[in-house]
This record gives sequence, C-alpha cells and structure tokens, in this order.
Amino acid sequence: MTLTLDQLPDLQSCTVTQVAPPASAPEWHDWLEEIGFLPGERVMVMTRALPGGDPLVVRVGSSTFALRRVEAACVQVVKEHGMADEATA
Amino acid sequence: MKQSVVHVHLGGPLLALVGNPNCGKTALFNRLTGSHQKVANYAGVTVERKEGKLVTPAGKNLRVLDLPGTYSLHPRSPDEKVTCDVLTGHAEGEKRPDLVVCVVDATNLRRNLRLVLAVKRLGLPCVVALNMTDLAAQSGIRVDGAALSAALGLPVVNTVAVNADGAAALLTLLDRPATWQRTAPLGDRASAADTIEADHEVVRRILQGLGLDKAIPHLASDRIDRVVLHPLAGPPLLAVILFLIFQAVFAWAETPMNWIETATELLGNAVAGLLPPGWLQSLVVDGVIAGAGGVVVFLPQIIILFFFILVLEESGYLPRAAFLLDRLMGGVGLSGRSFIPLLSSFACAIPGIMAARTITNTRDRLVTIMIAPMMTCSARLPVYALLIGAFVPHRRIWGGLELQGMVLFCLYVAGIVGALVVAWLLKRFTARKLMHPLMMELPIYHWPRLRNIAIGLWQRVMIFMRRVGGIILALTVLLWFLASFPAPPAGATGAPIEYSFAGMLGHALAVVFGPIGFNWQISISLVPGMAAREVVVSALGTVYALSATGNDTAGALAPLIAHSWSLATALSLLAWFVFAPQCLATLATVKRETGGWTMPLIMAGYLFALAYLASFITYRLALAAGWG
Repeated sequence: MTLTLDQLPDLQSCTVTQVAPPASAPEWHDWLEEIGFLPGERVMVMTRALPGGDPLVVRVGSSTFALRRVEAACVQVVKEHGMADEATA
Repeated sequence: MKQSVVHVHLGGPLLALVGNPNCGKTALFNRLTGSHQKVANYAGVTVERKEGKLVTPAGKNLRVLDLPGTYSLHPRSPDEKVTCDVLTGHAEGEKRPDLVVCVVDATNLRRNLRLVLAVKRLGLPCVVALNMTDLAAQSGIRVDGAALSAALGLPVVNTVAVNADGAAALLTLLDRPATWQRTAPLGDRASAADTIEADHEVVRRILQGLGLDKAIPHLASDRIDRVVLHPLAGPPLLAVILFLIFQAVFAWAETPMNWIETATELLGNAVAGLLPPGWLQSLVVDGVIAGAGGVVVFLPQIIILFFFILVLEESGYLPRAAFLLDRLMGGVGLSGRSFIPLLSSFACAIPGIMAARTITNTRDRLVTIMIAPMMTCSARLPVYALLIGAFVPHRRIWGGLELQGMVLFCLYVAGIVGALVVAWLLKRFTARKLMHPLMMELPIYHWPRLRNIAIGLWQRVMIFMRRVGGIILALTVLLWFLASFPAPPAGATGAPIEYSFAGMLGHALAVVFGPIGFNWQISISLVPGMAAREVVVSALGTVYALSATGNDTAGALAPLIAHSWSLATALSLLAWFVFAPQCLATLATVKRETGGWTMPLIMAGYLFALAYLASFITYRLALAAGWG
C-alpha cells in the first residue's frame, strides 16, 4: 500500500518518492514536478478546507501550494525516518 | 498606464525578464523602467504584455519586456506559453530577446533555479538577478553570489526590487559588453520529466555546495495562515471581509455618487442656459453630459471595489480566498478564483468582467464572464425600487419580515441561482470530464505597498474611463439620436419619443414583448435602457409624458404605473431585469476582454432567451393566479 500525500495527517513531514498521475491526466506528472513535487523533496500538509478536507494546503520545500485532493493523491510519499539518506533535505 | 507606449521603442536591444510567479519580477520591472505597472502576489497576475524603456548608466537604450511568470518552459497556461514562445523566438510579431534576466527569489532558490537552468539551455545571453535578498537576509539566508555564479556559469547580481537603488548592480552589469555575448545552446533535448529531475539534482548539488540546502519556514506567514486558512475560522473571516467590502462599495460610494449626479445636473442646466433650445442643446445636455454623467457616477464604486481587490491581491490574501471558496465554486465547475469577479459584478458587471483577468484558466474565465451579468448590479436597483414600490404592498409578513425587502432579496437570489445553473449546465455539457487542476501557489504575505496600489487603481480607472467610458458615451449619443429623431409631426399629442426611431422600434418590439405582458410604453423605454438599466426609469417617465427629472420621476411614476399596469406585467418586468442583457457597455466590455464579437453575441443571445423565458413563465403564472 503506497502512502499518498492526501492520506497524511496534518503537519506530518514526509518525503516524495514519485508522482503518479491518473491515466486521464498524464500531464499532471510534469506540472506537479515543476512546482516542486520532486522525488526526495520534503512535503507536509499544512491544513485542509472544510467540508471534506478538499482542497489541501501543502508545504513543499519553501513554497506553499493549494492542491485538490485528487492532485495530492498523485504524490506518493514515505514518512521521514524511512529515508535516512534524505536527512539533509 | 503605459500599455500604448509599447510599440514606440522599436530601437535598442531587447531585454526580457523571466521568473517564477511571485518572485518579484514585476516589481523589478517597475524599478528598471519606472513604468507604471502593477505588482501583486496573486500567482499568474502578469497576463498582459508589458514593455518599458530603460537607459543604462552608460546611456545605452534598452527595451525591457516583462514576461509572464512561469514555473518551467513547458507551458500549462496561455500566459506561460507566451513566455516560452518569446524565449524560443516563436512568438508572433515578437523579436527574440537579446538578453534574458532570470529573476530568482533568493528565499526559494530550490524551485527558482530550475527555471534558470532551463533558460540557460536555450543559448540566449543570460544573467541571474537574485531578488528579494533583503527578505532572504531576514530569514538568515546569505547567498554567496560569486559561488552561485561559478556554479551556474552565469553572471549573478543581487537586487532588491522594492528599494530605490535595488537594481544598481544589474544596471552596471547591463553596460558590460560581455553580458550580451551569446553562448552556444547546450540543447540536449531530453524528455521534460528527465530534464526536471536532472535539473533538480543539479540545483540540489549547487545548493549543497553553497550550504543553502535547508528549507526555511515562513514563521510569520504560517502564523497568519493558522487563522486565515483554519477550516472553521477561515470561511467566517472571509465572509466578514467580503461583507465589509460589499458594504463599503455601497455605503462609502453613496455620497460621492450623489455629488456626481448633482454636478452632472448643474452642468447640464448651465449648458442648457448657454445654448439655444434645439437639437444641439438636446445633444449636448441629454446626450453627452447626461451620458457621461451616467458613466462617471459608477466611478466611486469602482474605485472602492478595486482598492479592496488590490489590497487583497497585494497582501497575498486573494489566492487564500480562492482556496477557501474552491469547493463551493467547484460544484458548478468553476474554481475559487471566479468568486471575486462575480462578487464585483454586484456593483457593476464591467469591473467584474475586468477582474476576471486574474483567472488563468481560459474556460473558467469565459464562464465567469458569461455569468457575471446575472449578478444583480447596482444599476438595476432604481428599476427594482420603482416596480417594487409601485406594486408590492408595504407590509410585514412572517413575523416582521418586510415584504418589499423580501421581494428584492428574491430578485438577488434569482440572479445568483440563474448564474449557478448556467455554470452548472456549461460544466455538464462543455467541460472536459476532468476539471482544470488547482495547483495554486499561496505566496508569503506582504504588506501592500501604497505605490503599487495607487498604480493599480490608476490603471483600472483609466481602463474604465477611457475605453469603457468612450463606448458608453458613443452609445448614449446614438440612443439619444434614436430617441430624438425624427421630431414629432405638427399637432402631435403623444410624447415626442413616441414618434422617434426609438418609438418605432418600441412599437415593433411591443409585438415581440406582448406575450410576456409588456405594453408599448415599456417596450419603448427598453430601447434607451440599453445604455444603462436605470435609464429605463427616466425613459418611462418620458413616455408617460412626465417632465420631472431624476429622482422625482420615480416618485411621480409609481402611482401612474400602479394604476395602468397589471401586477402580472410588473412581475414579468422584474423577471426580465434579473436576466436581460441590458446594458451595451457590458457587452462592449466582454468584446474587449474576449477579443471578438463571438462571446458578446452569445451572451446577448442566451441572456435574452433566458430573460424572455423567465418573464413568460412569470407572466403566465401570474395571469393564472388571477393577477392579470
């Protein structure tokens, strides 16, 4: 079971492993990477809108982006301690 | 506003500013050119072409182009495509720049430097402007410019665009001939993703080498966001802000609007005294002065409205508002960004349609423009006031609610519901199954700078006065002509307008409007009402041969129409005004903003059909209820 950004609890810092866009929107891969969702980057959900937790406010690197949940679900992550070699990030 | 200056400086080398959204690029552009442009925090605000002129310390004349902000050279919106096309030399009618200045946010090198690498690969002479170094220093980031320059293989200068001498180092660099030397393109064209990831790796190594590979938290911004974006506190806060803006637009604008109305009237009377009675006096007083007054009277509302929008934009709140409203607007296929233009349309559809420029997605922007006229603009209020005053009894229902107020409220709601239904239908039948993604940057909060807001307001006012005002004035004069000629024949008994072209048109229209209960007097008054909705009131006054002007008309007219129209006709006319494509100025603005006649014609067509349908149903139901 891969963990995706939208499943994270708020303020839990994680590391991006890859971006897997839905088949209907393959262009999202590049778009998400261009705004900073790149493998090895640290991400964190800052808050979510009510109702339904959609969209989300996400911190990636030093930037803050608003993503809809379907967009956040494209970003696969692992929890911090799982990637010791990324401690410098 | 220097938009028209653009094509004057054809000589001189071309310098292009490129950078991520929110990197302070436009502020640097203002600093370099001194030209009057807008700087704001809202991601993707730079959608128009902006060019300025710059004279370097050594006296070299340069053209400076402010390209739309972009995250990469793989465009995902029309404005990003402009940047890409200009840089690759594929933009129509656009010279390929002789030098590219990559503007980089020093507080966010990690994302910003990737674009520098991509631009460098194009082979154009390129320098890096390390902007916002003051903010970076506050956050404890000290960038070693020389080391960064060595790592990138490009000249690097520090800039602080918001300081008076913040671009001095860049100007010095522009005088060095070596800066303009072309390098060979390093174009190994790999696939986009490979390049992003490869570039990211390069950036990481560079930042590691500079000791800058730690992400810095934005403490102050995060503290504000804990309240502003709080799931429970955020939406009420937004509602309060929007309510205050709305309130201010109507309350603060009232006094200056009265001044303008009085001044217009005084001027009209004064000029009428100077000119001999006749068609010239009528043209100047009833056509030009009344027409111009009808335009200028909305200026206070527009200034107040745009003042608030600019403050929200400058501070960085606007994208947050879009975030908070995204879910709500998403239900009908729009994004949160559509909200502010629609809200503005309650004052007047024209600034609302102009404000739709902040929507980056073309489809969302068009849909927003198309439904904006259904928001009840303030020009409808005099008409509503007249009809409600004449036909709705002044009494309380359901424990204290004013019936007249309830009807007015229902008219507002009818417009909103109509707009939502149209947007939903468009989503159902035109949108691709997948919605345009949000992926919207929430920039760090900034104190709005007075200079930027003043420049922005001035631009808005000029657009309204010069472009829209000109059109409205021309149309007003045209409608004056239609309503005044030909003069009534000798011995005519009716109102002069009855014998004019407008009268003939009105009589013809009465055939069309008969099934929805409009008599010929109403039909005639709808013709001059095309200039501005509230003109219908004075036009009705003219048709019913009242000599009173302005506010007195409504007072004298109410009992008259209450007597001569059926309730069904009045309700039908109210329904008409909720949807009708009344004012030509709105349609002219749509033509300007969409760049062609297609959209305004579609808009006029569908609003007419909708208004006719709504009036027809209202009229028939009212007749069935025995209110005929």
